Amino acid sequence: MSSRPRIDYRAKSHLSYFAYACHRFSGLLLACFLPLHFLMLSQSLRGAAGFESALGLTDIWVFKFGEWALVILLAIHLAGGVRLLMIEFGPWRGLRKGWIQVSILFAIACGLLFLYFAN
Amino acid sequence: MSNTDLKVKVWRGAEQGEFVEYLVPRNSNQTVLDVVTYIQRKLDPTLSYRFACRVGMCGSCAMTVNGVARWTCRTHVSQIVEGDSLEIAPLNNLPVIKDLATDMREFFNKWKGAVGFFKGNQSRHDDFAKVEPQSEERQLANAGIECIGCGVCYASCEVVEARPNYLGPAALNRAWTLTNDIRDVQQLERLRAVAGDAGCHACHTQGSCTERCPKAIEPTASIAGLKKLVARAAVKGSKWGKL
Amino acid sequence: MSAAVMQAKLWYAQRISAMILGICVAIHLVIIFYAIRGGLTAQEILGRTQGNLTFAFFYETFVLACFVHAPIGVANILQETLPKSGIAKPASWLLAISILTLGTTAVIGVYSGGAL
Repeated sequence: MSSRPRIDYRAKSHLSYFAYACHRFSGLLLACFLPLHFLMLSQSLRGAAGFESALGLTDIWVFKFGEWALVILLAIHLAGGVRLLMIEFGPWRGLRKGWIQVSILFAIACGLLFLYFAN
Repeated sequence: MSNTDLKVKVWRGAEQGEFVEYLVPRNSNQTVLDVVTYIQRKLDPTLSYRFACRVGMCGSCAMTVNGVARWTCRTHVSQIVEGDSLEIAPLNNLPVIKDLATDMREFFNKWKGAVGFFKGNQSRHDDFAKVEPQSEERQLANAGIECIGCGVCYASCEVVEARPNYLGPAALNRAWTLTNDIRDVQQLERLRAVAGDAGCHACHTQGSCTERCPKAIEPTASIAGLKKLVARAAVKGSKWGKL
Repeated sequence: MSAAVMQAKLWYAQRISAMILGICVAIHLVIIFYAIRGGLTAQEILGRTQGNLTFAFFYETFVLACFVHAPIGVANILQETLPKSGIAKPASWLLAISILTLGTTAVIGVYSGGAL
């Protein structure tokens, strides 16, 4: 005896849901990151030297990886957000699946650009 | 096409129950409704399920097939079979009465809740209402009026699952078509009904409704229309008054 | 105001702030790619932002848009995943206050460069 089945991954295996999931996930992580980001930036109140020593924390590889991941999350959230604004405010042209594919490419491009530009 | 039997798992019970496996001979052009019918007639007469037209017009036979809400009369086994297995369950998000039959009262109550019904102020003594077929409102209404209330979109929506009061894609789609009916006189009540947590703004544009609608209706578009209208009405007011 | 009007206004606010953020984030990404070349030092950052009113206005607008946008999003997530906990409202208010205070502090920080 078990409980009746509920919506599972099979019902959600389509592109538009994937776009929603990425947007929600990236948004949540970015929201958690923001206060920490501002806390770090406010160390600038200690002047250049104090700020520099605080920034030194980010030399640890975990932070470097985090920075790269956050740039990608930001790109995903931006592209997904623009898609939503187009769906909600723009002329109706379906679920904008072409835009989802562009978003994925944009996120990959941002990830690669970050790696290229970072020392 | 092989001649091995299909292994069909069917939900038996109500909110509590289990999947029971039946062996059903495969035939060409077999639909999932054919499979369910075979089980009930030849293997287990206690199986409860709904159907009516069996030709894709009424929406009564909607069930969850391999996890996805579909019309079983319009789903060929060959389209969705996984190896030689099938899983058939009742529609999600609705209480189960027995086996594959769900209680659709909350689905239709939410239509009422969204003021998804027409009310005019003309009588038989008045002249015909003149609705311009090419007008923007009529075209917007036309895009959504073919809905027959099958419940597939409602069963596919995760927001319905997460927010029990959420009116759902079908009710909101119907409300949108009526919002665009220039003869209707309940527009302000309708806007109030579809605003709020339970209304259009709870939609996250997951798009499952649009993806799964067997009539290719796009509730996502209707809900987007309502979102804009309600937001504007809340802030600036609408042509029917302020929210 | 009724709950319905409140929800509609919150939705509207989140979308308007989203439009502002769309522009801010696009500019921010460009700045990030420009800034990280050859490493990132406090001196370089402050060299760009210290005394720069344009940057200060840009970043404060950014902070205010985040202050509106992020808490509403988080409130929705919490309301749907933990509906009976009642945590949605307090948690999103907490986030809103921390974004506003820490964010404005950060903007003042990089504008003044510590020379307050």
